Amino acid sequence: MNTQETQVKATLLNLLKNIAPDANFEALGETEDIRQALGIDSFDFLNFMIGINESFGVEIPETDYGKLMTLKDIIQYIEAHRT
Amino acid sequence: MTDFCMPSLGADMKTGTLVKWHVKPGDRLKRGDIIADVETDKGIMEIEVFEDCVIDELLLKPETEVPVGTVMAKIHSEVAKKVTEAKVPIKETAKEKHLIESTKPPVKTTVTSTPVTTDGKRLRVSPIARKLAAELGVDLTQIKGTGAEGAIQERDVRQAAALADKVEEPAIERPVEKPLETPAAPAKLPSSAEFQAGMRRAIAAAMSRSNREIPHYYLETQIDMSHPLKWLEMENQKRSIKDRILPVVLLIKATAKALTEIPELNGYWIDDRLQVEESIHIGFAISLRQGGLVTPAIHHADTKSLDELMAAMRDLIERTRGGRLRSSELMDATITLTSLGDIGVEKVFGVIYPPQVALVGFGKITEQPWAERGMLDVRSVMTATLAGDHRATDGIIGARFLQALNTQLQTPEQL
Repeated sequence: MNTQETQVKATLLNLLKNIAPDANFEALGETEDIRQALGIDSFDFLNFMIGINESFGVEIPETDYGKLMTLKDIIQYIEAHRT
Repeated sequence: MTDFCMPSLGADMKTGTLVKWHVKPGDRLKRGDIIADVETDKGIMEIEVFEDCVIDELLLKPETEVPVGTVMAKIHSEVAKKVTEAKVPIKETAKEKHLIESTKPPVKTTVTSTPVTTDGKRLRVSPIARKLAAELGVDLTQIKGTGAEGAIQERDVRQAAALADKVEEPAIERPVEKPLETPAAPAKLPSSAEFQAGMRRAIAAAMSRSNREIPHYYLETQIDMSHPLKWLEMENQKRSIKDRILPVVLLIKATAKALTEIPELNGYWIDDRLQVEESIHIGFAISLRQGGLVTPAIHHADTKSLDELMAAMRDLIERTRGGRLRSSELMDATITLTSLGDIGVEKVFGVIYPPQVALVGFGKITEQPWAERGMLDVRSVMTATLAGDHRATDGIIGARFLQALNTQLQTPEQL
């Protein structure tokens, strides 16, 4: 993981901490299903998407939600789509 | 002058702890303004007034825990005063005393478990008496009714309350009656573990009552969600991420609109009869991160647009999880909706929240084989269930409701 990716990951974890403050982030692996691991519902997930949009300026169409299951997926998606 | 009493925020609430006053003597409040924060087993709630009024005296100190119905403050209603000044004859001045409490519709929900006499017979209680007893904190089982067949009436409750006041006034058990200067026993705000325990107690009380009293019937139906989801996807494409609508909002609106066709499922079972409610306030089950469940109401869901419903739901979830709900939201849901599809559950067999008479449950939307007109296709399918109170309605009403729900969902552009 390069520096930029590390920064993206740190921002993502911050967003998730606001959504699920009491979840165990130590245990969250990069290839783990975020929704399952953190107990995030569709409302929380929407807020996560809004956070990503605001932090990175990436527009995420609803049809892409299914591709964004893990931290790794999301980091790659952001890298590919950010302007 | 009028008493402002500790309200009951649902069938499961017995006591409340004043956290803080939002007002001071002399303040003028409009209907719906927040008078105080009260801590219950389900968190801190903002208590609203139900009439325009002026604060005369605050009787309760913060951090005091008191039973439901305890007088918290003395206020006077501007409306009532005007009426008196205009010399409009008021039959019973005592009525004024509870103007604030009695004008709110949902007091019906303050009814706790149906009281029985010591020999196990059901008590006959008039609705007004029952309401008044809940407001005044009078135990109905201790009253001898003077109405027909021993029915307890309003005057019996007033008499009992007056008697109890006389007996109990000197007792220290009522911190209520003390002026502010007297130190009242401080109730410490609960820790997380205590909150958990309290939340479980509250859920236990309401659900045990439901299981004990309500003969549930269950119906389920599979709904083809392909068209509504496709429609929503198109709608959401036009929107920025933060304005997108979640599929559950379609379910809320379709439920509300189906209830306008089948009103029998929207209301309360009180005094051995169904009271259909005109307004549709959907209690939306929201789970708390730390465990437990709250079902605050989305008011007038049938008349709100999808955008308004999404905003209302967002606001409600954020305030529920942040622990800042308003009293009215906890008191007046007319039906409950629960959606467990996010966790991958296929169907929900709900337990009705008394005195409501129905609960609608939604499971996960999954791709399934779907046969229609001799053709086999793959569709997005969801199971909707209805738990109905068989005292209030029969299965055919529930069946009509599920059918209406399906019809509503198949025309999402009209939701």
